[in-house]
Amino acid sequence: MTTIRGFWRNFIGQKEVTVAETAVPTPIPTTQTSDFDLEIAPHDPLLAYVQHNPVVLAVDQLKLNSPALAAMRQAGVKLIVPLVSQGELIGLINLGSRLSEQEYASDDYKLLADLAAQAAPALRVAQLVKQQQQEAAERERIEQELKVARLIQQTLLPQALPTLAGWTVSAYYQPARAVGGDFYDFITFPDGKMGFIVADVTDKGVPAALVMATTRTLLRAAAERLETPGAVLARTNDVLVDEIPPKMFVTCFYAVLDPANGRLRYANAGHDVPYRYTADGVVELRATGMPLGLLPGMTYEEKETTLNFGDYVLLYSDGLVEAHNPEREMFGFPRLQELMATHANGDTLKEFLLDQLAAFTGPGWEQEDDVTLVTLQREQGPSSPIEFEIPSAPGNERLAMARVAEIVGEQLAAPRLEKLKTAVAEAAMNAMEHGNKYDPDKPVSLNVFVDETAVRVTITDEGGGAPLKPSTTPDLEAKLAGEQSPRGWGLFLIQNMVNEMHIQQDAQHHTIELVMYRQGE
Amino acid sequence: MAEKAAFWAETRVEGETAVLDLHGEINSLSDDALTVAYDEAETAVPHKIILNFAAVDYINSTGIALIVGLLARARAAHRPIAAAGLSDHYREIFTITRLSDFMEIQ
Repeated sequence: MTTIRGFWRNFIGQKEVTVAETAVPTPIPTTQTSDFDLEIAPHDPLLAYVQHNPVVLAVDQLKLNSPALAAMRQAGVKLIVPLVSQGELIGLINLGSRLSEQEYASDDYKLLADLAAQAAPALRVAQLVKQQQQEAAERERIEQELKVARLIQQTLLPQALPTLAGWTVSAYYQPARAVGGDFYDFITFPDGKMGFIVADVTDKGVPAALVMATTRTLLRAAAERLETPGAVLARTNDVLVDEIPPKMFVTCFYAVLDPANGRLRYANAGHDVPYRYTADGVVELRATGMPLGLLPGMTYEEKETTLNFGDYVLLYSDGLVEAHNPEREMFGFPRLQELMATHANGDTLKEFLLDQLAAFTGPGWEQEDDVTLVTLQREQGPSSPIEFEIPSAPGNERLAMARVAEIVGEQLAAPRLEKLKTAVAEAAMNAMEHGNKYDPDKPVSLNVFVDETAVRVTITDEGGGAPLKPSTTPDLEAKLAGEQSPRGWGLFLIQNMVNEMHIQQDAQHHTIELVMYRQGE
Repeated sequence: MAEKAAFWAETRVEGETAVLDLHGEINSLSDDALTVAYDEAETAVPHKIILNFAAVDYINSTGIALIVGLLARARAAHRPIAAAGLSDHYREIFTITRLSDFMEIQ
């Protein structure tokens, strides 16, 4: 049951009507009270009757099983005058008895009918004006809210892209008109590593923007204290669970890149699975975990991969994959994966995908959700040789081994990497011992260069001048018989560990270049 | 990083075989500890000596030279010597250096 005001609001779609509560227009005096609160149920037969008979009706002559009609009789209503505009019932004028206590005459009926015919359109106009004012105010309120939401997001999104030697990072963010809760972030760590975040808050507008701000702060705080992505997500989740409004949650992918070796460690809190482009195809970076803010005590699976030269990773939000074309077909994950496979340049991927999206959705597409794209590409090897030095001290060949292994990572199969490590250790040991005489002021320089076919390591000491002894095959029988020193294996080992070994020297330096092919035995 | 003694060895006798369990890195600084362990193994006058490399993570060319020295001593004493627990990588190095021609690789 609704009051008559409430009913009309429903009946004409949130348009407030007041006339129906006014019992008597001034030209027709009545003895009844001019105001009473009548409730008419939406399915009361009186309404259907009045709609089909929009004329002045005598209450006493109506034979309807209508609670509203009974209430009218009870209140002393004698006539009902429907107000109809353009075929739509917009109100009722309810009249009590005449003050003269005479019956209503046919002239009264005619007068009331004329009055209703003129009052109805005027009332309708008044309703429409009021409705438009309310809609304009509502639009203004929503626009204001969207401005606030956009401002929050724009303030919190990174103002600049990170600069990483040997890497290219790009980002694209386009909010939907309603402003979703997407965000991305980059975190720089003191050891040179870089954190990458892409997240999506459920809901839109200011509530989503506020949760986004909270989540971003929590993620940054956790990342400062905790090393692994899984622990960072778990900590953020535990704090967010108590802070987030009911029925809201955040999906989030968090990865930490070691730019020196391409190692990417990641965990995922229910976010769209990122893709990794490789020369051999596009693969998913899959790790399991619940969205943030739903349940406390969640754990997050952690995975690690190494990005090879030329590989890139795409982090994105559902605004892209869930876009629809006019046929209501979704852009979808398979399409994204197929498109990525045709595009080797991570830096221009966003333009390429946005062109594809535009072609898919067609003109006049209204963006349904925020679109966020972040790419991270390891540049091709030849453009980024990595150089470092080690001090000349006994045992430091292990530093050289470890650093080269870190740089090369999965660019070489494990057995080949082991061989290269041994060759590097032997060459570094020779350089420190024979070239630099373990002089702490004379470091050994190493340069690691990976291209599509091979890993090349050069090791340079400062002991130039005297030529290095050529490598010969040690005579093991003579050594075992005590006729030769048991030592003298260094160059022989190096030569047998790598595919190529080249020695250069000038007046100041010796340089050994080690070449290990990336394929083959 | 100054080199530190990151090597130690333990000797155990199993019947007529003495086993040297080697640990850590075999390089120039392993010489004394390796010699002491081998001396201890020889006091048992074993028929055979096994060098167990299962817990060794690094052998450089100087370490190879030390193993050549032990092999020379064993051969002089007509005592068979074997290597066990080598990783695939060091197994290959024992092949390349022909150490495997003079000692059993288990």
